[in-house]
Amino acid sequence: MKLNHTYTYSVFRFLLLCLVICLPMQSTAAPIATASQNELRDKDASLLLNELITVKSTSDKVNLINLIASSDLSQRVAVLEALQAGDLYYTKKGRQLVYAHSNADGYSAVAVISGEDLGVVGSRAVRKISINNELRTVLRGVLAEIALRSDDTAVRLQAAKNLVRSPSPEFLHAIERALLMETDAKVIESLRLAAAMVNLNSDEQVLRLEAIESFRGTLDSDAMSILAAMQLTDSDGNYTEKDDLVRESAAAVLKEMRSEAKIYKLIENTFFGLSLGSVLLLTAVGLAITFGVMGVINMAHGEMMMLGAYTTYVIQLLMPNYIDYSIIVAIPAAFIVSGLVGIVIERGIIRHLYGRPLETLLATFGVSLILQQAVRSIFSPLNKSVTAPSWLSGSLEINGALSLTYNRLYIIAFSLIVLLLLVFLLKKTFVGLQMRAVTQNRAMANSMGIRTGWVDALTFGLGSGIAGIAGVALSQLTNVGPNLGQSYIIDSFMVVVFGGVGNLFGTFFAAMSLGVANKFLEPFAGAVLAKIFVLVFIIMFIQWRPRGLFALKGRSVED
Amino acid sequence: MLNTKIFERSAIGRLLLADKAGSYLLMVLFAAMVLVPLCNLLMPEGSFLHIPTYIVVLLGKYLCYALLALALDLIWGYCGILSLGHGAFFALGGYAMGMHLMRQIGERGVYGNADLPDFMVFLNWTELPWYWYGFDSFFFSMFMVAMVPAALAFVFGWLAFRSRVTGVYLSIITQAMTYALLLAFFRNDMGFGGNNGLTDFKDILGFNLQSDITRCVLFALSALSVMLAYILCRAIVSSKYGRVLVAIRDAESRTRFMGYRVEHFKLFVFVVSAILAGIAGALYVPQVGIINPGEFGPINSIEIVIWVAIGGRGTLFGAVIGAAAVNYAKTYFTGAFPEVWLFMLGALFVISTLYLPKGIVGVVKQLQDRRAERNAPTSQGAES
Repeated sequence: MKLNHTYTYSVFRFLLLCLVICLPMQSTAAPIATASQNELRDKDASLLLNELITVKSTSDKVNLINLIASSDLSQRVAVLEALQAGDLYYTKKGRQLVYAHSNADGYSAVAVISGEDLGVVGSRAVRKISINNELRTVLRGVLAEIALRSDDTAVRLQAAKNLVRSPSPEFLHAIERALLMETDAKVIESLRLAAAMVNLNSDEQVLRLEAIESFRGTLDSDAMSILAAMQLTDSDGNYTEKDDLVRESAAAVLKEMRSEAKIYKLIENTFFGLSLGSVLLLTAVGLAITFGVMGVINMAHGEMMMLGAYTTYVIQLLMPNYIDYSIIVAIPAAFIVSGLVGIVIERGIIRHLYGRPLETLLATFGVSLILQQAVRSIFSPLNKSVTAPSWLSGSLEINGALSLTYNRLYIIAFSLIVLLLLVFLLKKTFVGLQMRAVTQNRAMANSMGIRTGWVDALTFGLGSGIAGIAGVALSQLTNVGPNLGQSYIIDSFMVVVFGGVGNLFGTFFAAMSLGVANKFLEPFAGAVLAKIFVLVFIIMFIQWRPRGLFALKGRSVED
Repeated sequence: MLNTKIFERSAIGRLLLADKAGSYLLMVLFAAMVLVPLCNLLMPEGSFLHIPTYIVVLLGKYLCYALLALALDLIWGYCGILSLGHGAFFALGGYAMGMHLMRQIGERGVYGNADLPDFMVFLNWTELPWYWYGFDSFFFSMFMVAMVPAALAFVFGWLAFRSRVTGVYLSIITQAMTYALLLAFFRNDMGFGGNNGLTDFKDILGFNLQSDITRCVLFALSALSVMLAYILCRAIVSSKYGRVLVAIRDAESRTRFMGYRVEHFKLFVFVVSAILAGIAGALYVPQVGIINPGEFGPINSIEIVIWVAIGGRGTLFGAVIGAAAVNYAKTYFTGAFPEVWLFMLGALFVISTLYLPKGIVGVVKQLQDRRAERNAPTSQGAES
């Protein structure tokens, strides 16, 4: 069946007329669509889309694309995107429209209208629907407009942001139309920015100045780089931007934007520093109990964190369908696992070594080696990956220059909660009272009827359990492997010593200030050198205050 | 007979006569120094008495570790300074030696650059950094082997002891020191070969490092160094000065109140110990053929403590025995049962601290005492 070109064209015009009239009617039709109406729509869809196979000239295609875009066909976005990507083909036999991807044997094809999978077809059996640059431009605009009309705010925002990144005059109408209908403030801001980006390239000075003015207050990095580019000179010393008025106004706006961005950069750095400090706090707070309160140097502290991280991994294996909730189960589980191991270590080894801190250090180092090797033998020496729950990903965008990622926000909140619970436990509960009594005067506590042995075991278990909880948090940040604990143990000791032994507030303060100091040094010195500086600083600091920032006072402190 | 009298009167002789175990140790070391190279060089291959070269290198490595353990026992066993960063002094000495050996490579490197070591050419450096100047001279390098660790120990010790940082706090900041150095030496910008460290050495003072004779000489030198270091340490701890050190170990405040400048005593012994560790590193590098930042790792430093603890703290010869025994066990078990080694080492730590507070030497002594008791049961009552 070979159709005459003019015949096809007239059919096309007729259809165009029909559809333009009947499509809006359909969309406003009665909510309960009857079966026959659905059939009719499918028929319309196939007719309209199959026109893509028949029309040849570019102008006809442009019309057709606009028609498809303004229809309410469910496949319209997929079809247009496939057309833009060059993935839209039709079968020679049966002239059926298909999505096709080339592979080794030919093309894997899926029918557009019926959705039927045609399997792999030979490369001769299909033909591509040709496309040129003009059509690509039209498609970009049409697709952007569809996205801007979406009911989903996130889709609209994304579309608007894409427009900011690739400004082009053909989008201007779409943007202005969208601005009239838009209600969401963030989308409006992005759209304004996109319009300004387009206007910046126009020929009229007024429009350009207006565009530059509209950048004021936004902190878009693309806008800043464009404004900065206007200030550049070429090799002859002439400005790339010829218009002096435009260039000067751009310079003024740029200066304002930069100073504002600097403030936000400062806030962002502080935020990063606080989140790093929170990690340090989590890893150190357990040590603050075992080392600070009990005076036991627990070199296996890092391995307690490792056990917590592996517990998270195992819990995730046990409940593969509820990854999002597994981490909530993992927190108490890690506390129990690490806490029990801690109690066993205390009863088995450390109990015999009280009052001999250096021997404790060696024995617990031995325990850490055993635990590492045990994990290596059970789980293999390779790193295990722990999937982050979906509610941890993403970020809270304050504005163009500042966005706070959720996992950092959560870890700050989490570490504070752990710290507060711990303070509550130590200061307000009976167990906490007993713990403090035993650490202050063991003999007196014993004679008052406190079972000091059990209190020791519980205290050590508590410190270890909190290390386990820290391990759950670490499993979200780094690789879970047998060496996980080793990389944090030195940092944790530094935090406890810096803050002052036996003082939870000191630990908190030390962790946060070291975290922030590290992040502020990083831009100047690089990550490694920043860490070295912090270590050297602590070494020097210990000389100045040998017992830390918030040292305990009184006679009991002296040996 | 005249000879023995002179020996008895000489300072060293008096030291050794009072230290029976030490003299046995020195005899064993002397025998090894003479016999091992002889058995390697003179005995034909396949003979029962032939010692293959790899064993000579291995034994040489143990001797370097023994020297390092000796250095640590001097400060930990006799002065109570538990340094968890002694590996840093060892590695610094090793780096000083490694820099000299790097300069000796000259034009024979992969890039054939006479002025710059290979890794600098690789990093597109055009000239030698100032701190590499002078390392082409052997004597300057040997001077630096001792001086760099000594300088670090002096500055660090001066600050720490003056501020009375003691006990676990000192241990933790020494650990921080070696950790900071580890991070620093990992950086390529530092000019010490970064991650890969210094390697591909060719010869020392014109002698090929791969030849059996050079290896045997290095072995003999290591044995000699351990002997000399042992005598030095024994001399220090037996002197009046050594008694003050022990007093500081047992009651620091009381010693201070009696009028001794505790920090000066500590600083001196700390610097001596660092120099010994540096020499151990310098002997270690040509035998092993590489020095990299891994030697600064805090774990390495803790292992040194283990050698001393297992051998027997505060005895000097215990440190040597411990270093050799633990490292022999390590070589054997990592080869035969690699999975088990860390379990073994971990258990060693726990058992030795719980049940062998005085190490191997302590156990031997206990057995001897028990035998003496059995032989003379009557004298016990009279003594007590």
